[in-house]
Amino acid sequence: MILHPAIVALLLVSLLTTGMTLYGAYFGIGIMRRWNLKSGSEGQLALERRTYLISTLLAYVLIFQVGSLFLFVQTAESLHNQFVGAMCAAGSLNVDPYGYPAFLLKILNVILAGLWLIINHVDNGAHDYPLIKKKYALLLVLAPLFLAESVVQTLYFLELKADVITSCCGSLFSSEGNGVSSDIAAIPAKAAMAGFYLSFGLTFVLGGIYWFKGKLGGLFSFASGLFFLVSCISLISFISLYFYELPTHHCPFCILQREYHYIGYLLYAALLTGVVSGLGVGVLMPFAGVGSLAGSLPLFQKRLAMVCLVAYLLFTGIAICRMIGTDFTLG
Amino acid sequence: MIKLLNVRKGFNLGRPNEFVAVDGVTLSMEANRVTVLKGPSGSGKTTLLSLIGCMARPTSGRIILQRGLPREYLFPNGGDTTEVEVTSLPERFLTEIRRRTFGFIFQQFNLLKGITVLENVMLPAFPLGEKHGVVKKRALALLEMFGLSGRALAKVEWLSGGEAQRVAIARALMNNPPVIIADEPTAHLDSKLSSAFMEIIARLKDQGKTAIIASHDPLVFEAKMVDRVISVRDGMLEGDTA
Amino acid sequence: MARWIEKYRSILDFTLSSLVRRKGKNLSLLVVYVLVVFMLGSAMFLTEAMKREASLVLKGAPEMVIQRLLQGRYDPIPMSYLEKIRGIRGVISAEPRLWGYIYDSAIGANYTLMVPRNVALPSGEIMIGNGISRRRMIYSKDMMSFNLSNGSSRVFTVRDVISPESELVSADLVLLSEGDFREIFELPSTHATDLVVKIRNPKELVTVAKKVMELLPDTRPIIRDEMVRTYDSVFDWRGGIVTVLLMMALLAFVILAWEKASGLSADEKREIGILKAIGWETSDVIAVKAYEGLLISFFSFTVGILLAYGHVFFFSAALFAPAMKGWSVLYPDFRITPFVDPYQVAVLFFLTVVPYTVATIVPSWRAAIVDPDSVMRS
Repeated sequence: MILHPAIVALLLVSLLTTGMTLYGAYFGIGIMRRWNLKSGSEGQLALERRTYLISTLLAYVLIFQVGSLFLFVQTAESLHNQFVGAMCAAGSLNVDPYGYPAFLLKILNVILAGLWLIINHVDNGAHDYPLIKKKYALLLVLAPLFLAESVVQTLYFLELKADVITSCCGSLFSSEGNGVSSDIAAIPAKAAMAGFYLSFGLTFVLGGIYWFKGKLGGLFSFASGLFFLVSCISLISFISLYFYELPTHHCPFCILQREYHYIGYLLYAALLTGVVSGLGVGVLMPFAGVGSLAGSLPLFQKRLAMVCLVAYLLFTGIAICRMIGTDFTLG
Repeated sequence: MIKLLNVRKGFNLGRPNEFVAVDGVTLSMEANRVTVLKGPSGSGKTTLLSLIGCMARPTSGRIILQRGLPREYLFPNGGDTTEVEVTSLPERFLTEIRRRTFGFIFQQFNLLKGITVLENVMLPAFPLGEKHGVVKKRALALLEMFGLSGRALAKVEWLSGGEAQRVAIARALMNNPPVIIADEPTAHLDSKLSSAFMEIIARLKDQGKTAIIASHDPLVFEAKMVDRVISVRDGMLEGDTA
Repeated sequence: MARWIEKYRSILDFTLSSLVRRKGKNLSLLVVYVLVVFMLGSAMFLTEAMKREASLVLKGAPEMVIQRLLQGRYDPIPMSYLEKIRGIRGVISAEPRLWGYIYDSAIGANYTLMVPRNVALPSGEIMIGNGISRRRMIYSKDMMSFNLSNGSSRVFTVRDVISPESELVSADLVLLSEGDFREIFELPSTHATDLVVKIRNPKELVTVAKKVMELLPDTRPIIRDEMVRTYDSVFDWRGGIVTVLLMMALLAFVILAWEKASGLSADEKREIGILKAIGWETSDVIAVKAYEGLLISFFSFTVGILLAYGHVFFFSAALFAPAMKGWSVLYPDFRITPFVDPYQVAVLFFLTVVPYTVATIVPSWRAAIVDPDSVMRS
C-alpha cells in the first residue's frame, strides 16, 4: 500500500461514517420492534430521544461523505505521479480493480444519505412520525453499503503499489480502448449532445408540469435521475472536451483541478444536489396518502423539484457557457 | 380549555425505586381563571403542573388542549380545530405547542447568569425564528411594563429579588402565551413581594390570561383573585373548591 | 426559509455569548486542539514542500542517466560505452559525468564534488556552495584542502561561492576541473562516474532504456520520471508514517474532547434545563452544541494552521526537520518556498476536525435530552 496523510484521513473518515451508520441501523432494529407513539412509557420516551441522535449522526455522515468523495478524487489525483502511465485521477483509480467501485459506491452513498435525510425531514414534520419504521428500514440498507464502501476503499489503498504500469486517462478514456468508460467516450458527440439536451428538456418540461399542476411527479423524478446519468456520460463524452480544449481528453476528474479553476466542484455539486432533490420527489411520492403529511408534503416536494431544476440549470448553464465561450469546436 | 383524563405518571417503572407521582387524575380547567394546586411538597403537584404544561408526557391517560392553540401549525390543511390531544405527541410537537401556549415561572426564577436581563427575556423567542428586531422590541416593551427598562442591559446577578421575579414573569410572557404556569413562585419572596406577584397575576387575568399556580403558600391560595383551589396529596386529587 | 435562518442566527448569537461567558472552560481543549493541528499541519506542509523542492531539483535533471553495476553495486563506467549508446536510434547525445562525495571530518559532512559540464575551471581552483562557505567560514580567494585517495592532501583556491538561489541543490557542492577530480579520486581517464543521455522523443525513453540494457547488460539506465516517482513515494511514506505516529496524539485529543463534552458543569446542566423548560427543543440545544464545536474547531484549526505555516516556512520546520529531512548537517538555513495547496488543508481538516466533531456528537446529544421539567424537580 501507499501511505499518505490523505489516505489515513480517508480511511479514518470511512471508519467513522460506517460506524455511525451501523449504529443507526442497529438502533433502527429497536425502533422497528418497539416503537409505539401512543405509549408514554419510559422505553418509548427513550426511543424518541434517541431518534434525535440518529438524525444528527446521519446529517454529519452526509457532510463527511460528500467531503470524502471529493477528497478521494483529489487523493487519486495527487497519487498519479507514482504510477507509470497515470496522468491524473482516472489513471490512479485504474491501478487496481477496487478504485472505480470505491468511487461509485461513494457517489451512491452520498445520494442515499441525502435521500435518507429528506425522508427524515419530512417524517419529523408530521406529528405522528408516519415514516419512522420505513426510514429506519432504509438505514438497514444504507449501513451495509457504507460498510462495503469502506472495505472496497481500504482494499483499493492496500493494493496500490507505486510504479505499476497503468493506463492513464489518455488511454482509459480515449476512443480506442475497450471497457465501459471508453465506450462512453466513443459515443459520437452529436448523439451524446442530442441525448443530453433531450433529457434536459424532458426533465424541465416534467418539472414545469409538476410545479404548476402538481402532476407527473414520479415521472419527473425518474427523468431527473436519468438526466444525472446522461450528464455523467455527457461530461465524459463531450462536455469535458470543451473545458480541456483537447479533442481526445475525456477525463471527468481533471476539471476538479486548479488549472480549470476548480470548476468541476461546482458542476458536481450542482449535479449531486440535483439528483438528490430530484430523486427525493419520487421517493416521497408513495407517502402522498399519509394523512398527517397531506398538508405539507406536496409543498415540500415542489420545493425539492425547484431545487433540482435550479441545480440542473446551473450545471447545464456552466456547460453551455463553456461550449459557446471557447474557440474549441468538435470537428 | 385543558382536560386531563385518568392521567398517570410514573418514574423508574419496573425497577425497585419505582414511584408514581401522579396517579389517575381527572381534571378540567377553564380559560381566564386563576387556579391554584395546593399540597405539601412531594404531593405530586409539580409533576401534575409539568404534565398540564406539556413539559412531560403521561405514562398513561389523556391530556386534551382546547381553543386558541396553534392547531393550524400541526395540521395546516385544517381538520378539527377545537381540540388537540397532546398525549401521544412527540417532544418536537409538544414543545411547539408548549412555547406558544404556556409561559413558565419557576421557584428559583431560573434566569441565565452572565447574560443581560434583555437577553434573558428574549430567550424563549429564539426557537420561533422571528426577526431579531421584532423580538427585541417586544422584550423591551415587556420590561417597560414591569418597570425594568433601566435594567435591560444589567447582568442578571446584579438584580434584587423583586427585580429577578419580574424579569422571570416578563420572560414567561415573551411569546404571548394564553396560559401562565407558576411553580411555587413565592417560595423565595417575602410577604410584600409575594403580594406584588399576586397583583401581577390579577392584572394578567384581567388581560384574559389563564394562570395555573402550584403553591402551598396561604398568601397565594387565599388571595382574592384565585378562582379555584385544588388540593393534591400522594399524586391524587383530594379537594376542589370548584 | 427566512424564519429558519433567523432562528439559527439567534441560536448562533446565543452560542457565541455563552462561549465567551465560559472562556476558561475550553482553554485546555483549545490548546491541545491547536497543538494537534499544528503538529499534523507542520508534518504535512513539510512533506509536501519537500516533494515540491525535490521535483524542482529533478526538473533540471537529465531525462536518463546510465550507471554501470559491478557485483550489484555502482561502479565507474567505461568511456567506451558512449559510442555504443550514441548508436542507438532516437538518442541525440550521450555525455560523461564526473561527480562524487568526499567526507570532511572537520565539520562531519559530505561534500558533493562535481566537474561542471559547461564551464572549464583552471586546475587548482574550485567553486563552493554557500553551505560549505558558511560552515567552514571560507570565502572567495581563501584556500581549502582535500584529502586525496592516496592519503596525501591538496590545497585549492576558492574562486567563488555559488549564489544561494537554489540552496537545496548547491549547498554542499564543490565544482572543480576534470584533472583535479581525477586526481582526488584516482579515476583513470578511461572511466566516468555515469553517463547522461538525451533522447529525441520522450515517449521513446523506455524503448531506449531497454535497448541500452540489451546492448550493455552490466549497466542500469535510470529515467527521471522514475526518480520523481520514487521521491514522491518516499516523501509520502514519511508523511504517512508521521501521520500514523501522530494518530496517538489525535486519539488522546479525541478522548479529551469527549471528556470535555461529556463533563458538563452543574451550571451548564442547569442552563440547558432552563432553556428546555422555557421552550427550547432538543434539536435547538443540539444546534447550540454543534455551533459550539464548530466555533472551537474553526478557531483552533485556523490558529493551528497559521502556526504550522510559520513553523515550516519561516522557521524551516525547526522542530521536525531532523526527522523529516534526514539530510546532511549543511542545511541549517535551508528555507522552503512557502506553498500551501487547498488539498492539504482539506486533508488536515479531515484528520482533525472530523474526529473532533464525531467525538462530541454523543455527549452533545446526551446534554440536550435533559427533561424540560428537570428544573422544576430539583
